[in-house]
Amino acid sequence: MLSRIAESLFWIGRYVERAEDTARILDVQTQMMVEDPTVDIDAACRTLLSVMGTEVPGQTDGGRLTLESALFRLAFDGDEATSITSAIAGARESARRARETLSTDMWEAINSTYRYLPSGRFRAMRTQDAFRWMRERAAVINGMADATMSRDEGWHFLVLGRSLERADMTARLVATSALSPGAHSAWPTTLRACGAYQSFLRAYRGLETDREAAEYLLLDRLFPRSVVHALTRAELCLRNLEASGQRVGFQDEAQRLLGRARAELEYRFIGDIVADLPGEMERLQRTCAAASDAVTHRYFTHAVTMSWQGGAAR
Amino acid sequence: MELFEDYLAGAGQAYDEMFDGDALRGPYERLASSFSQVTGAEVRARAEALTTAYLEQGVTFDIGGEERAFPLDIMPRVIEQDAWTVIDRGVQQRVKVLEMFLDDVYDTGRVFDDGVVPRSVVTTSSHFHRVAAGVHTPNGVRIHVAGIDLIRDDRGDFRVLEDNVRVPSGVSYVITNRRAISAALSETFTGHRIRPVGSYPRKLLNALRASAPAGVDDPTVVVLTPGVFNGAYFEHALLARTMGIELVEGRDLVCQRGRVMMRTTRGLEQVHVIYRRVDDEFLDPVHFRSDSLLGCPGLMNAARAGNVTIANAVGNGVADDKLVYSYVPELIRYYLAEEPVLANVDTWRCGDPVHREEVLDRLGELVLKPVDGSGGKGIVIGPNASAKELETLRAKVIAEPRMWIAQPVVQLSTVPTLFGDRMRPRHVDLRPFAVNDGHKVWVLPGGLTRVALPEGELIVNSSRGGGSKDTWVLAGGRAVEPVRAAVPEVHAPPMDAGPAVVARSAKAQQQAEQQQQAGCDPAAEPWSAPQVPTC
Repeated sequence: MLSRIAESLFWIGRYVERAEDTARILDVQTQMMVEDPTVDIDAACRTLLSVMGTEVPGQTDGGRLTLESALFRLAFDGDEATSITSAIAGARESARRARETLSTDMWEAINSTYRYLPSGRFRAMRTQDAFRWMRERAAVINGMADATMSRDEGWHFLVLGRSLERADMTARLVATSALSPGAHSAWPTTLRACGAYQSFLRAYRGLETDREAAEYLLLDRLFPRSVVHALTRAELCLRNLEASGQRVGFQDEAQRLLGRARAELEYRFIGDIVADLPGEMERLQRTCAAASDAVTHRYFTHAVTMSWQGGAAR
Repeated sequence: MELFEDYLAGAGQAYDEMFDGDALRGPYERLASSFSQVTGAEVRARAEALTTAYLEQGVTFDIGGEERAFPLDIMPRVIEQDAWTVIDRGVQQRVKVLEMFLDDVYDTGRVFDDGVVPRSVVTTSSHFHRVAAGVHTPNGVRIHVAGIDLIRDDRGDFRVLEDNVRVPSGVSYVITNRRAISAALSETFTGHRIRPVGSYPRKLLNALRASAPAGVDDPTVVVLTPGVFNGAYFEHALLARTMGIELVEGRDLVCQRGRVMMRTTRGLEQVHVIYRRVDDEFLDPVHFRSDSLLGCPGLMNAARAGNVTIANAVGNGVADDKLVYSYVPELIRYYLAEEPVLANVDTWRCGDPVHREEVLDRLGELVLKPVDGSGGKGIVIGPNASAKELETLRAKVIAEPRMWIAQPVVQLSTVPTLFGDRMRPRHVDLRPFAVNDGHKVWVLPGGLTRVALPEGELIVNSSRGGGSKDTWVLAGGRAVEPVRAAVPEVHAPPMDAGPAVVARSAKAQQQAEQQQQAGCDPAAEPWSAPQVPTC
């Protein structure tokens, strides 16, 4: 498969997951801020922006932040590189470049999602509806991919991108909850945002504590949005992409990084991790970024792009 | 027929393909009767659905950076079988002759020695590339794909307007238009016997594979596109997808030791046939424009070494130069000893002093075309031009007579086209596509019909705001009754309904029992009574 196409698929996976998870995170945060009168909105918005990796305006020049302005930047602002709008546009642009390899169904799912943006329909929705719509569109796109793509290399790159992004975004979601300044615990809402609330209650028989909730989102092996599940999935994709069977260790840098990160999570005392959740989560995000770079380096750029210099026929 | 109200009032002197005066022409009878059963509003609603569907599917093209749905009119154009037979033969003949001409031009030049075409006609063409001389493809084909533009004159005869043997585009719209129209007019569609167009990608792939370097059993064929910002990117992607081959950009390719390789996730992989949709000038910076990033350095040398086939071949532009066009009838007589099946439009060569004098005298009544233009660029229609435009044109023709040809204003035939909820006559042309696999030239039964949307406009190119139509080539005779096939006996095992469904049928009874047991009989209650939970 062409390196360029593989890269496009990898990024479709990442962008779609990013759009969905951003919608989930924003959904939780909106609910928290709206429902809890004790929350300092300005501080909460600053935390949210910094956890999402965007630039936080200075306290003096920016004035006090409002929920609307934060939501605009993270959801609707086309100039903000990590907004939902940008993520959808990015997914569509990548899909356009890989159009001949995508199934028609999947292309149309991505394209019709994208067409909501320039038409202004996405912006016009009420925020809660917009987030729900985003989750549903992501489900349609992923469902179409699942139902119509053959499980070849391209599929592995798509799922690899999705899993890496999911690990990264769940880490961010966990960090926002841990940093939540309100008096009430953010964890039930966080679990709900992942669609994990029911399965969490069933798994822990209703024993609902903050520590257990964090543990579930980070370490549960069966829940598909947990960090460990996402990392395992990404590792599996990398193993499938690796052509030759190996007897000793791992040659692939991305595989090494992800395996180590997963082992760090799984084999340490949960108490140690929970003690400094934001710090741990930041390390995890950096690992995901490094793994993404390693994949790019290995599979997408085989040689430096050459350009011809010198005499032509005329 | 509400749709066709006042239609004839708008018809000019041009040949209308649907109406002969007041009377319907044969091929359109069925179409007219099915259109008469729906209202204008209904037709308009379906036409709008077509546009939406194209936007969803991404069947678009860019005008100045804005993405628009490819304009498709809901009224198909019908071509009867007899007319098509002529087109089919004529296009085949034309492609064969242009192949022979190109072969000759880039080889010994017999045609010049015999005085049929002056050598200067070819050597002064900007598309003549000396670097292509002596490059032979394994199966001798240079024109793998051709698009021959035809028009229907005021007598209803098809004539050739120009040849395209470099990178003719538009075939993807033939395929998507057919799919869209068959969905929008399904009931009409089944009443006709329309020759299918879906086999084009297979034919093309076969032709490309047939042109692979000798000794390669299973050649790797790719489509080379300038990139996602090219106006025809949709077509490149569709062809690659339907042929099941890679769509590459210049930066995906690299030449090593006279071979062309593509960068894949598993390292470099050799490419044997490149169906390129990049112009000659951008194909190889070593030989052509040194600043081009769209091609791949070393491509021409690899082709010369016989390790890769470039389709269509480099240098084909000399054959579709409009000046050479004016010689094609003579070329047909010279190479094939046949008479042309499809006539040219009368053409004056401004490079010829006698012709030039006549053209300059009649500038206001002729159409002047630059010989190497495409997409309708630079064309001046005398009767529509202002005095000032004509003066500029006159100066240009005198300065560079070789660059211009002149043709009489031909009234392109008209076909009904939907505007609002009424049909109006609009001028159309036709571009049939031909694929040459080295044994036979195959002409796609259909082709792209382009429509000039403004009233009276004669230039149909989509880059100038033209529309398109689905083109139906009828297979002989009327629609026949479908053959009644014997239903084969099938013994499939019955499907397991599953416990939930089985339970549901049992439920009614169970429910009644449970409710009776609780002492309230639902049958005793009137069904409209409010449901009060009494038990």
